[in-house]
Amino acid sequence: MNQKPVMFNKGFSISKVAIYAILLFWSATVVLPMVWATMSAFKSDQEIFFSPWGTPAKLLWENFSRAWVKAQLGQYMFNTFVVILPAIFLTLLMSAMVAYVLARYTFRGKSFIFYLFLSGMMFPMFLALVPLYFVTDYLGLRNTYVGLILVYVAFSLPFTIFFMVGFFKTLPKELSEAAIIDGANHYQTFFSVMLPLAKPGLISAAIFNFLGQWNQFILPTVLMTNEGLPEGQSRYLISQGLYFLQAKQGYESDLSGMFAAVVIVTIPALLIYILFQDRIEAGLTVGAVKG
Amino acid sequence: MKQGKNAFIFSFLIGPVLLYLVFVIGPYLSSMVFSFTRWKGLSANIRFNGVNNFIKLWDDENFWNALSHNAIAVVLLPLVTISIALVFAFWFTQGVRGSRFFRVAFFFPQVMSVVIIAVLWSFIYNPQFGVLNGIIKFLGIKSLESFPWLGDSSTIYWCILVVVVWQSIGFYMVLFIAGMMGIPNEYYEAAKLDGASLPVIFFQVTIPLLWETVRTGLVFIAIAAMDLYAMVMVITSGRIAATSRAADVLSTYIYETAFENGDFSYGIAMAVVMMFIILGLSYFTLTSTRKEVLEY
Repeated sequence: MNQKPVMFNKGFSISKVAIYAILLFWSATVVLPMVWATMSAFKSDQEIFFSPWGTPAKLLWENFSRAWVKAQLGQYMFNTFVVILPAIFLTLLMSAMVAYVLARYTFRGKSFIFYLFLSGMMFPMFLALVPLYFVTDYLGLRNTYVGLILVYVAFSLPFTIFFMVGFFKTLPKELSEAAIIDGANHYQTFFSVMLPLAKPGLISAAIFNFLGQWNQFILPTVLMTNEGLPEGQSRYLISQGLYFLQAKQGYESDLSGMFAAVVIVTIPALLIYILFQDRIEAGLTVGAVKG
Repeated sequence: MKQGKNAFIFSFLIGPVLLYLVFVIGPYLSSMVFSFTRWKGLSANIRFNGVNNFIKLWDDENFWNALSHNAIAVVLLPLVTISIALVFAFWFTQGVRGSRFFRVAFFFPQVMSVVIIAVLWSFIYNPQFGVLNGIIKFLGIKSLESFPWLGDSSTIYWCILVVVVWQSIGFYMVLFIAGMMGIPNEYYEAAKLDGASLPVIFFQVTIPLLWETVRTGLVFIAIAAMDLYAMVMVITSGRIAATSRAADVLSTYIYETAFENGDFSYGIAMAVVMMFIILGLSYFTLTSTRKEVLEY
């Protein structure tokens, strides 16, 4: 990477003032709503309506517990992690396996397999939804964690494979050859030599898959319903749950609880982002550039 | 270690390929077939229907209405988002002070979930307690003080597009920063020696050298502009019909048709159209922006 010359010289100019004004304005559009949401999360509904700008008269921590328990945010979070943690693990494992074979072996039908996976990236997910609903229903996987995990993995495969093929191709051939000369079989070579070497690529892939699956909205909307569940239980994932709560505001308003929900869901993202900023930015955009 | 090679390859491919065929390729291919059928409700009564679904689409006002909203996004989002992102990326790679803070702030919406962003902005736009009308009140614009931004059919979709731009800037900015960091110094130094100003350098050095990355960005955002499902659904609280369909997009109309009205084949036909539009858009974007690649 090159270090850029500093084009912005020292000193004062009108255009520089304008640039900083624009930058400050744009950051205000990010920071102020977050500050406002956090303050509102501690207020009563009355205060939100009648003094939207003031600081909360009293810190109402119960807004958070109400959002977590009564609005079932805790349940939605739990459901989400039960689905996406195994889904990410399986996505990485399966993609690495396929990508390794595609990057390092020659066999009949290899380019067919490659283009088969590649083609999955060209279609909009909306095209698959109706048959997907009936396939999962037929297999008894609709409204189950396992079903959603498998569907998430299947839809994450093309992009992750594509990304990992590129990654495996950059690894030196000598290493796997050396392992084979040492008497390792194909499996040992993959699991104890190549997979550890692919760690940086796998971390990037984990990051973009985490964000993608955490954000996923249409798949759980179609495949995870509360059909047949007793009152008070929910299969919803976080994005679905928040949408459900948002839609409910129309007839059963709990604004402060909703603000608290926004804060609860944002804080982990904020912390993770601040801690791993460079990794996340690189992981997301590297994945994108390859796509 | 020749023996066992084929068995090894087979064992690594079989699981992922099967999973992918059942849940991705199978549904995609069968959708193309079902778009030529008549399939309503949960009955297994599926009949061949020729191109009737597509003929029906042609006369469906709601379809054209939704599509026109996507068209606005497809034209505006690339223009606005890519331009702003390019300018920000340029400033940050050219030594603006505090660029680290700005970068973190601008990229942050990208790591928030779309649903959270939509909920947050529906509050910002709220006529009673929202930040937007608070600012308008502060500025003393009486006529707009309690304007229902998301309740008015003339403003709702534009308000949504603003949020999409706000949310996506960070991603493209970081993408372009990475690209700009790869441009060798000599180009800038030469331009500087020639006495070129910042805007000249931006348009004549940075943009041409970054063109391949810009094209990638354009394709991405054009495809994203064809989706918008989560944003529109959540920010309108799912009350699309109640706002005279002023924010309806193809994806929300497909969902409504297939899963709320149970008209599966008709929804699928729309999704097939959506697929062709996306393929066409990607192709058009890539061919119309093709330039001689500048090697460096």
